[in-house]
Amino acid sequence: MAMIRFNRPMSDIFSEMERIRNEIDRIFHQGFSGPSARDAAGVFPPVNIYEDKEKYLLTAELPGVKPEDVEITATEDSVTIKGERKPEDGGEKASYHRRERESGFFRRVVSIPDRIDPNKVEATSRDGILYLTLPKAEDVKPRQIKVKSSE
Amino acid sequence: MMEKELRPAQKREATSTSAEGTRGVPYFSPAVDIYETETELTLVADMPGVKSSGVEIDLKDNVLTLQGHSDQTRPEGMTPVYREYKEGGYYRQFILSEIVDQEKISAEMSAGVLRISLPKVSKAKPRKIQVRSA
Repeated sequence: MAMIRFNRPMSDIFSEMERIRNEIDRIFHQGFSGPSARDAAGVFPPVNIYEDKEKYLLTAELPGVKPEDVEITATEDSVTIKGERKPEDGGEKASYHRRERESGFFRRVVSIPDRIDPNKVEATSRDGILYLTLPKAEDVKPRQIKVKSSE
Repeated sequence: MMEKELRPAQKREATSTSAEGTRGVPYFSPAVDIYETETELTLVADMPGVKSSGVEIDLKDNVLTLQGHSDQTRPEGMTPVYREYKEGGYYRQFILSEIVDQEKISAEMSAGVLRISLPKVSKAKPRKIQVRSA
C-alpha cells in the first residue's frame, strides 16, 4: 500500500497563505504595469537602473564579490559587467549542512537607451552593491531653450 | 575546466509573519551556506545592501534569528527606469542544536555578506577513546 505522508504542520500552511495574501495585496497595490523583480532576466547579477537629466545610475547586487574580481567595460550605448563569484571554502575538513549561495562566472551586457560618455563612467562598490554612474552624452541631455522676446 | 555560469536565485520573501516590518519594506530570506568543522559551525548569508550596523543577531531558546535592515533608498532626484531586483531587508531563523557555545558566537559583515561563527562547546568536540586490549 502506498503511504501518503502529510508532514507539513498546519502553522506552516497558514504562514504560506499569509504570504500569498500579502503578495497579492502588494501586486494590486503596485499595479500590473510597472516592472518588478518578476521580470528579472535570469542573468547574474540582477540590476536596477535609475535616470535623471544628466546621467543613468545602474545598481547591481553582487554580495561577496571583491572589486578586483569584477571587470567593467563601457561603450557609447552599453556596459558589460564581468567577473567571478568565488565559492565559499570552509577548508578540507568542513562538512556542509547547507549550500544555497551560488558561485561561478558571470557576464552581463546591459544596453542603455541613450548614448553615454564611456570615458566618464564611474564605478563604486558598497555593502555588496555595485553602483555604476553613466553620464549621458552631451548631445542627448535635455536642454532648456530660452525664448527670446523680440520687442 | 568547465566554466560554471552563475544564475541569480529569485529573492524569496521571508515567510514568517513575525518578520513583517513596520515601514512596508519587504523582508527576504537570504541565501545561506552552513558548514561545520571539528570546532565550530560557520554560517554565511548573502545580504546585499546591509551595512554591519544594520545586522541584528539574536539567540533565544536555541533559535538563532538573523535580521538585516537595509537603508537603501531610491537615489535622490532620480527616476527608476528598470527594475530586476527588489530592495529590502533580510530575515531568517535557524534552530541550533545544543552543541553551540552561545557565549562565544561572533559575526562580521563584509561586502554584503554576513559570516557568523558558532563555536561548539567543548563537550561536543569529538574525543578519541582508546580501546584497550584485555
